[in-house]
Amino acid sequence: MNEVDGLVSRILEREKRAIARGLTWVERDSEDGKALVRALFPLAGKAHIVGITGAPGVGKSTLVNSLTLELRRRGARVGILAVDPSSPFSGGAILGDRIRMQESVMDDGVFMRSLASRGHLGGLSRATFGAVTLMDAAGFDVILIETVGAGQSEVEIMQLAHSTMVVLAPGLGDDIQAIKAGILEIGQIFVVNKADRDGADHTARAIRGMLTLGMQHLDWFPPIVKTVAEHGEGLGELIGSLEKHREYLSQSGELALIRDGQTAHVIQLAMEDWVDREFRRVKAGAGWDALRQQVASGARDAAEVALEMLRSLTEGDNNGS
Amino acid sequence: MIRVLVAKPGLDGHDRGAKVIARALRDAGMEVVYTGLHQTPEQIVDAALQEDVDVLALSILSGAHPTLVPRIMELVRSNHMDDMLVLLGGIIPDDDVESMEQAGVARVFGPGTDTQDIVQYIRERVSEHE
Repeated sequence: MNEVDGLVSRILEREKRAIARGLTWVERDSEDGKALVRALFPLAGKAHIVGITGAPGVGKSTLVNSLTLELRRRGARVGILAVDPSSPFSGGAILGDRIRMQESVMDDGVFMRSLASRGHLGGLSRATFGAVTLMDAAGFDVILIETVGAGQSEVEIMQLAHSTMVVLAPGLGDDIQAIKAGILEIGQIFVVNKADRDGADHTARAIRGMLTLGMQHLDWFPPIVKTVAEHGEGLGELIGSLEKHREYLSQSGELALIRDGQTAHVIQLAMEDWVDREFRRVKAGAGWDALRQQVASGARDAAEVALEMLRSLTEGDNNGS
Repeated sequence: MIRVLVAKPGLDGHDRGAKVIARALRDAGMEVVYTGLHQTPEQIVDAALQEDVDVLALSILSGAHPTLVPRIMELVRSNHMDDMLVLLGGIIPDDDVESMEQAGVARVFGPGTDTQDIVQYIRERVSEHE
C-alpha cells in the first residue's frame, strides 16, 4: 500500500504527473486503483461537479473550452473529463475532444483527461466515478464531465454530477425528438448553443414549453441559456446559472444527499470488489467442483451455498479492505 | 490498454496521414488521443503528460523536424517521461533518421509504411500492463 500512499500525497500536491498516473490506475481498475479511490474519497466532496451532455455536434467540447476559460478568469481551478465511445469491434477508441480544447488546457490551473467508454453504456466510462473523486481530492474547484454524444438514454451523468447541463443547438433535427423524456428530465440547465443561428429562439421556446408541461412541481425550474461557445458569448450567464444551482443544492440539502449516495456507492464498490475477489479464490479452490455439482443436480440451493460461502469467508481472514 | 497520442507539431497543412495512423491504431484496439493540427512542442508534451500515454506518435511533413523533435524530447526528459515510446512519421529524409534517433526517437516510419508494421512495433515495445 506504500505506493498508493505515496501517490495520494503527490496528488494532493496537485502534481500533474501523479494525477495522470492515478487516473491510469483508476481506469485500469487495478487493486491499487481501487485502493487509491478509497483513500481519496474522504478528501473529496468540495468540488462542483458539472455534467455536460447532448447530441453529437451541438458543440459540447467547444462549450467546455470556453466555459473553462471563463472559470479560469474567475480564479477557479478546472478539471475536465471527456468521455468518447470505444469501438465495440476492436475495443480501441479515438479521443478527439482535445482538438476543441486547445486554448483552455495549456494552463496549470486546468487538467484534462480523455476517457474511453470501454464498453460501458450510459454515456460515461466505468472509471468516471473514481476519476472525479481523484480530481475532487486534488483540489479542482469545478470538474466538467463531458459525456459521449448522448441520445435519449445516457442519463447516468445525473447520478454523478451535481449540475447537469443539456446542450442543444438550433436546427438539429426535430425539436421534440431532441428533448424527449430522458434527456429533458436530467437537465438542470439547458443550453441552446450556436445561438447566433436561425431558430435559436424557437428551440429555446420549445424547451420552455416542454419544461412547463412537466415540471411545475419542482423547486428548481431549469434555466435556458443561449450561448455562442465559439465566441464566448453567454458564458457569464451560464456560470451564473451554475452558481445559482449549486446554491440551491446546498440550501435544499440535496448536495448532502448526493454525497451520502456517493458514500454508499464507495462502500458498495468495495463490497463488490471483495466478493468478486473471494469468489474467484473459491472457484480456484479444492471444494469447488463438489459444490458446483451439488447445485447443478439440485441437491442444494444456490442461494444457500452462496450464503454458506460468505459466512466461511467472513470467519476466515477478512482483510478485504 | 495501450494509449497513444498522435500529434502534429508545427505548421503542416494537412493531417491525412496522422488520421490514417490514428484509425489503424484504434482498429488494433488502442486508445488514440488526437489533438489536431498546429501543435507546439509544449502543447504536445503537456497533452501526453495529462493523458499518461504509453506512446507519442509524431507526424511531421514540413521539414521542421530538426528543430521540433529535439525540443519535444527535451520537454519529455524534463518532465521525467522517459518511459514513453516516441515514434516519428511523415517526411523525414534518410539522412536525418540517425539524428532523430539520437535525439530520443525510438523509430522513424517513412511514407509507405504498412500501418500493421507500426501496430506490431508498438505492441512489441509496450509491455501491456495487465
